[in-house]
Amino acid sequence: MSTNVISLVSIGAHPTSGRPRRADQDARAVELGLQLAGDNLQVLHAGDVAEPALRAYLGMGLEQLHVLEQPPGADALPALTAYLRDAGAQVVLTGSQAETGEGSGMLPFLLAEGLGWPLVIGLAQVESINDGSALVLQALPRGQRRRLKVKLPFLATVDNAAPKPRQSAYGPARRGELAADDVEVVEDELLAVATLQPAKPRPKRLKVIKAKSGADRMKAATAKASGGGGQVLKGVTAQAGAEAILKLLIEEGVVR
Amino acid sequence: MSDIIRRDPRAEWIARNRLHPLHAAMQPALHSWMGPNGVIRKNPHGVGFIGPNGIKRIDRSGAQQGGAVKRSATAQVQLPLHQVPAPAFYISVVPDMVGGRLSSHDRDLLGLAHQLAGADGAVLAVVFGEHKESAFATAGVDRLLVLEGEEFSGYAPEQRVQGLRAVDNQFNPRHWLLPDSRSGGGELGRRFAAALGERPATRVWQVKDQECIGRAGAGLQDLARPLARLILAAAECAEPVSETRHEALPVELSTSVVRSLSRIEDLGAVAVDPAAIPMAEAEFIFSGGNGVKDWALFHQTAAALGATEGASRVAVDDGFMARDRQVGASGTWVTARVYVAVGISGAIQHLQGIGACDKVVAINLDPGCDMIKRADLSVIGESAAILQALIAAVEAYRNDGRRDAA
Ligand SMILES: Cc1cc2nc3c(=O)[nH]c(=O)nc-3n(C[C@H](O)[C@H](O)[C@H](O)COP(=O)(O)OP(=O)(O)OC[C@H]3O[C@@H](n4cnc5c(N)ncnc54)[C@H](O)[C@@H]3O)c2cc1C
Repeated sequence: MSTNVISLVSIGAHPTSGRPRRADQDARAVELGLQLAGDNLQVLHAGDVAEPALRAYLGMGLEQLHVLEQPPGADALPALTAYLRDAGAQVVLTGSQAETGEGSGMLPFLLAEGLGWPLVIGLAQVESINDGSALVLQALPRGQRRRLKVKLPFLATVDNAAPKPRQSAYGPARRGELAADDVEVVEDELLAVATLQPAKPRPKRLKVIKAKSGADRMKAATAKASGGGGQVLKGVTAQAGAEAILKLLIEEGVVR
Repeated sequence: MSDIIRRDPRAEWIARNRLHPLHAAMQPALHSWMGPNGVIRKNPHGVGFIGPNGIKRIDRSGAQQGGAVKRSATAQVQLPLHQVPAPAFYISVVPDMVGGRLSSHDRDLLGLAHQLAGADGAVLAVVFGEHKESAFATAGVDRLLVLEGEEFSGYAPEQRVQGLRAVDNQFNPRHWLLPDSRSGGGELGRRFAAALGERPATRVWQVKDQECIGRAGAGLQDLARPLARLILAAAECAEPVSETRHEALPVELSTSVVRSLSRIEDLGAVAVDPAAIPMAEAEFIFSGGNGVKDWALFHQTAAALGATEGASRVAVDDGFMARDRQVGASGTWVTARVYVAVGISGAIQHLQGIGACDKVVAINLDPGCDMIKRADLSVIGESAAILQALIAAVEAYRNDGRRDAA
């Protein structure tokens, strides 16, 4: 297949130790890219070329990883936009949220806005690509899928519904090449006003019972969950009962 | 209980007849009176009333029954109305409206909006397309803007951003609040932010003193920053509105929304294998219990409806369903929007597991069981017959080309 695919990757952080690793969603973007484009996949990172965690992506079977070299704290957006504008890619894949830094998940949106490309959120599978458009499956909450037709070139984010990334092998990780590009550095102005601090555990929401009397409080504490006032169809034929159930299921949109 | 005060001639007759065994119970409870010498006398025996088993009961909640029978209908508590006749500014909220109704996340957001609006600002809810919500007033919506039209229906994020831009131009809200959720708000908010060129505060879980705190990175860090104009807030970011009623006055856009040429075309939902969806996430669960006798028919119905299968513990213990399908306290706590319980009596251990479900449908022989009390729609009858009728009805509906929809 001659699809031109670029996957954008970042440095992740292990959820408990916080040690640098390959970011899970970005690894899924690489996996999806490998399935789409095979050896033609280009992988791009904006940041420090000496970061050892980058080699974990190479270990997935890549020959080369492109790095737009930037100091930490620089804004990756201008460099990536400039690069992608001339890269001639048809599909650009990213994770939906970085594991380090702000992690706002805004990067793909800003990239798409800057490039003027359509953006697909939660890409699960690319079904086909032909004459200027692609048929893709989008992952929805609760395991649902939606089919979209999107014009090329497009940007897509992947989340945990995308295929699981293959393991990173040590040999290819050593052999792979990290190719650095020098780019103009733009400082991220957010970090001037915002502060990163260790996450505070969020307080559990208390169940507040606004009762005027002790008896009401007792009732609230001991009451069984009762809908109270549901409709009861008694003495109807099975057909009428089934019709009523089906009507509710259709109204709720679960039977299509 | 009805509002109509009815006379009870028998009770009145007993109250007049001093020889009747129930005479004392029918007397209005008189606890204290002025004695002949001007001293207040109290009758300690007059406190309370004789309960149904002949035992004296004392109810200290103030709502004493018995002796002085008070026939009052439970008055609907009318919450105080919060009015904003001339809003100084707007706080705009775009709820997710999953299934056409406000989710708990949406309500939290409206609570946060009220915190930001104070007394002078108005909370403006922007809703796309048709909705089924009737409780905007108690959820805290001062102004309601419904953007209707087929261009907003289905998956049309780019068109919705155009709609929000039009709202932004007309109302110029001080803050925009969107739920940072997978069900639409997170995406729409980010697209809107990119279109406006604003830097949103994301995954915000606390707003306090002109500062907002949101989770950053993989959740190991928090990012504290000055209050942004566009806020994508996490669930439970604030307490929902519960003590006031609001006007929910409809407002309209004065201009029409620009039609954007859609580059993403929605080709509709794709059928997924319902059995592959984890039970805890499934949207539609069809659950069977001890009242299901024909399990082949049960599986056939679930397949016809396209529902994920669940079971009560008895059905699992008897070997009809796999252990991972058990719903309830010792099984899976499900979050389905629609839960159909066939032949499940509604033991508390089972009801706990479906506490988060929105609509519950029960099919049962016993009209008095607890599942019926929980259910929004119950059909009393033999499960096998109803399941067969249900299969026939679904097939008729599908074959009919959806002509007689709903
Ligand atoms: C520690 C503990 C943990 C537990 N955890 C769980 C749990 O996680 N999940 C769980 O489900 N249970 C749990 N249980 C068991 C629970 O208490 C109940 O025993 C169980 O839920 C009852 O299952 P059931 O409703 O299917 O059966 P039953 O109580 O036997 O109810 C059968 C219902 O089907 C109706 N019926 C019968 N025949 C028909 C027919 N032909 N057509 C239509 N309706 C019919 C009956 O009217 C009845 O309402 C737990 C119990 C304990 C002690």
